Amino acid sequence: MSVIEIENLSFAYDKDLILEDINLTVDEKDFLAIIGPNGGGKSTLLKLILGMLKPKKGSIRVLGKAASKNPSHIGYVPQNTNVNTDFPIKVIEVVLMGHVGAKNPLFGYGKDEIACAMGALAQVGMQEHSQSKIGSLSGGQRQRVMIARALCAHPKILILDEPTSSIDIKGQKEIYELLKLLNQSITIVVVSHDISVILEYATKAAHINKRLSYHDISNKKEIFHTHNEGEHFCEVELLQMLGSESCNTCDTSTSSVTEVVEPAEAKWRETK
Amino acid sequence: MIEALSFEFIQHALIAGILVSFAAGIIGSLIVVNRMVFLAGGIAHASYGGIGLAVFFGFPIFLGASLFAVGAALLISSLTLRKRHRIDTFIGLIWAVGMAIGVIFIDLTPGYNVDMMSYLFGSILAVSTEDLYFMGTLLAVILFVMTFWYRDILAVSYDSEYAALRGVHVRFFYTLILILAALTVVVSIKVVGLILVIAMLTIPVYIAEKLSHSLFGMMFLSGLIATLFTLVGLWFSYTYNLTSGASIILISAASLGAFLLFYKGK
Repeated sequence: MSVIEIENLSFAYDKDLILEDINLTVDEKDFLAIIGPNGGGKSTLLKLILGMLKPKKGSIRVLGKAASKNPSHIGYVPQNTNVNTDFPIKVIEVVLMGHVGAKNPLFGYGKDEIACAMGALAQVGMQEHSQSKIGSLSGGQRQRVMIARALCAHPKILILDEPTSSIDIKGQKEIYELLKLLNQSITIVVVSHDISVILEYATKAAHINKRLSYHDISNKKEIFHTHNEGEHFCEVELLQMLGSESCNTCDTSTSSVTEVVEPAEAKWRETK
Repeated sequence: MIEALSFEFIQHALIAGILVSFAAGIIGSLIVVNRMVFLAGGIAHASYGGIGLAVFFGFPIFLGASLFAVGAALLISSLTLRKRHRIDTFIGLIWAVGMAIGVIFIDLTPGYNVDMMSYLFGSILAVSTEDLYFMGTLLAVILFVMTFWYRDILAVSYDSEYAALRGVHVRFFYTLILILAALTVVVSIKVVGLILVIAMLTIPVYIAEKLSHSLFGMMFLSGLIATLFTLVGLWFSYTYNLTSGASIILISAASLGAFLLFYKGK
């Protein structure tokens, strides 16, 4: 069953075309990695799925309904969780924010909401930090709290924008292990730069640079080789494969557009 | 010192000091966490235009200043939406134009000779009973708003993008905070004057932020600290016959310096 269906989607800010003719289907319990160069349109696509932007052309359906504001079945973890760390707010209050906008009790938070928030914290292994100030946590811990906040609304889809951009390697691994665990019941969509790490966990990959090329990588152990057990995949090989049309492992039944993006790809490699 | 408490104007000054300190503590916290300090400064100075108009047309000063400050707040709120990248320029404009309007209208007022310095630097020893009602009502409104919309205001302040995604009307709460800030600035004018208002709205808040684990705690603590500074400042000004507003601010600043030294040393 597909949870997100994007058809012939185009989007432009003013005259600059950001996304062109995007077709993408995300199935239930997929772990989709969205990768691509800066300015390639990754975050824009997320905002379109979340209903924060309206498509210029084409359609987006989330769980069978047109994408709209206040999507109750999507959990969203924004980029840059390291801003506002001086803000005096407890971990539990950040998580409770996941309930904001729902039917509010007259004062403060309901008992059921607090129980739910504690449950979400337990899910990400942060329950003992519930009374800590958010600024006192490490980047990785803070990211877990943001994931807990997104889980608070019992989402069917969890969308994360660069979840590990400011976390050390060990923290990154832990976040992805957590996502892998959550993936047993929730569809996960991650925008990421850390391609070598993300592709170890993702089952599908979409490369976006204005256009989109899609790959089923659930059987990646056969597609890629690591030089040693447990080592990251070689990024150069990955990029060559993901950016090229000639990839013979692509699942053509689910990928609607497979566009060659060679020039931009080469540029991206240069800047890395 | 004790006999001073029997004077009505001293009693009024103390009550006003406490009411305004709590209003400033709560609203100051919101201003600081939402990074609106410059914005509040603009509103404070623009409200001088309202004072000038009130003097010229002969209606109550508080009313004139309130209307003008709220107008400035609404203007800034709508500009923030449309001209986000130049918002600091517009705040600077509103800041200066408001003051200029005030100065011109006071020039135009025939035979007017009341000391305008009292609006710039405060006149807590000249608080009337009506002023106290105004301050009390404002504090009640602030407490009401904070009680009923605490979670929404917290969400908007901490992460407005996420709040918007969850269906919170971010623009409504942003405007609400600005209007309450405008009114708080107006009542603070009585205590420390419009030039010194910013210090009153930020110094206690800065100290409280370091010591608090929640926005609610920060607001309450800011109110307590502001009250302490105001009362000590008043005593200082009474004892040494100095301007009360400036005394309160300097006591606050000295305390902040001491706090930072102590806090760093820990």
